[in-house]
Amino acid sequence: MTERAGTATIRVIGVGNASQGDDAVGLLAARRLRDRLGSSVEVIEANGDGLALLDLMEGVDYVILIDAVKGGGLPGTAVRLDLSTENRWAAAVPCSTHAMGIAEAVDLARVLGRLPKRVVLYGIELESVESGASLSRAVQDGLAVGMEQVCREVERARCTKCI
Amino acid sequence: MPEEGRQTRTIAIGTLARVEGEGALRVTVKDGEVRDVELRIFEPPRYFEAFLVGRHFTEVPDIVARICGICPVAYQMSAVHALEQAFNMQVVGPLRDLRRLLYCAEWIESHALHVYLLHAPDFLGYQSGIEMAKDHRDTIARGLRLKKAGNRLLALLGGRSVHPVSVRVGGFSRVPTRAELDGLTDELLWARDAALETVRWVAGFEKPEFRQDYTFAALAPEDEYPFNEGPIASSHGLHVDARNFEQHFTERQVPYSTALHSTLNGGSYLAGPAARLHLNATRLSPLAKHAWDETRVGLPILNPFNAIVARSVEILFALEEALRLIKGYEPPRESSVPVTPRAGVGMACTEAPRGMLYHRYAVDERGAIREAKIIPPTSQNQRRIEDDLRAYVPQVLNLSTKDAALACERLIRCYDPCISCATHFLRLEVCEATA
Repeated sequence: MTERAGTATIRVIGVGNASQGDDAVGLLAARRLRDRLGSSVEVIEANGDGLALLDLMEGVDYVILIDAVKGGGLPGTAVRLDLSTENRWAAAVPCSTHAMGIAEAVDLARVLGRLPKRVVLYGIELESVESGASLSRAVQDGLAVGMEQVCREVERARCTKCI
Repeated sequence: MPEEGRQTRTIAIGTLARVEGEGALRVTVKDGEVRDVELRIFEPPRYFEAFLVGRHFTEVPDIVARICGICPVAYQMSAVHALEQAFNMQVVGPLRDLRRLLYCAEWIESHALHVYLLHAPDFLGYQSGIEMAKDHRDTIARGLRLKKAGNRLLALLGGRSVHPVSVRVGGFSRVPTRAELDGLTDELLWARDAALETVRWVAGFEKPEFRQDYTFAALAPEDEYPFNEGPIASSHGLHVDARNFEQHFTERQVPYSTALHSTLNGGSYLAGPAARLHLNATRLSPLAKHAWDETRVGLPILNPFNAIVARSVEILFALEEALRLIKGYEPPRESSVPVTPRAGVGMACTEAPRGMLYHRYAVDERGAIREAKIIPPTSQNQRRIEDDLRAYVPQVLNLSTKDAALACERLIRCYDPCISCATHFLRLEVCEATA
């Protein structure tokens, strides 16, 4: 699930935990995007382990991360952050109980000179991360909105060759 | 609550950084004396022991792998050994070797993560591995590659690098081919050299002056460095079959933590790399033995800050052992041996990266779990960590509260605690006060 595969120029990585309520949103987004985008774009599901993410970001120019975030906005709100330029963003991502999470992975990749040319995070503001719960209504709506934005981003990246 | 007063000082760490899971520390000092040390684990109870009950034994390896993302192999190994003991069977030959090889992978991965990204920054004066990488880019890159070598081996044997899926009672669902293992040899050879460099690097770190008189406890098999089996030994003369763990080690509840405390004969004890090395130094592989001697740290390891040296020596051992096992590997005809369940009780202890991990299962005649008990290494070390802190705090009291807290946090990290693992089912007891 978290293994690297292929050398696509764009890679979409959905991050989350399938059994922790709204934290599953990144994984669900990845699954739906895989159906929608087909084999033209590499789509990966990841569990949020920072060091695995470091590897998953390797070898491509353009990475789109999708994850549940807690930034104080309304549940379900989709936010876009360009991590290639923005580095004061860690507070937008919920604390991981692991020693390294997504924020640390991006920072470490930057320090090691391994950050892809462009890394964009689509964050869906979460409502609840209750164990065993399904997605909240608000986050389901946010997922639909976020997916549209990711698809547009993928299209733009292909058309304009902005990478 | 701490006592109020001018002479009372509280050193508190709200959330411990660079450890797995959520924990906190509160130390209360009154008139220069340490009154209370509470390592608080507030990660919610996990209930794993409860929801294993009623499950078929074949489901257990996959369920317990979910307890920890860092040491799932340890959970799987203790589980399959305990269940095989209940069924009066033993896995030997190439399948046993593959289990050791899988354990090598986990030690390499887990130890490299801790040494490079979580612990080394403490000795070099950085707040995080990321901060350290700004000045020590090549070193961090070496640590990451070392960890990745472990990941690759784990992914090959376990089917994937996190929560492996190939382990089963009786063996594996699939075993690797010779060619697959040979494909990893070059990288493991590089990693072995990197591990030797790692030992030399951490041995040169300046360590705070601090000594404690420890009771070390670990598996101590006769003819190999321990992973999967062996009697439990202690530096104070204990030498018992792992099946008798619960007769000697006792768990008790403390009000401020969701992890139980373990004691040996009523006192704290130390599990993990320093204990394993203490009881098994003669069984190290040649290069690891040489590297350990070269450090001149010596046994017993009485300064907990030297645990990073023991941990690094174990990375080197795990790589030499992995290369040895791969060289001699002859794929077994079957990936597992047949299992016939029967009613009984099985117990086993294996060596997780952080120390002994004990499992006990009661099984019925159809192979359904009737009872499960899991004692992870961090809950065994919790009491020992508190004893260390009680002795260490007086020597950092001259620091500002913030720096004293940082010093305590560094000491805790010597144990590489995995707090998510340690959390436990919390038994609810209702006490009624009498009028």
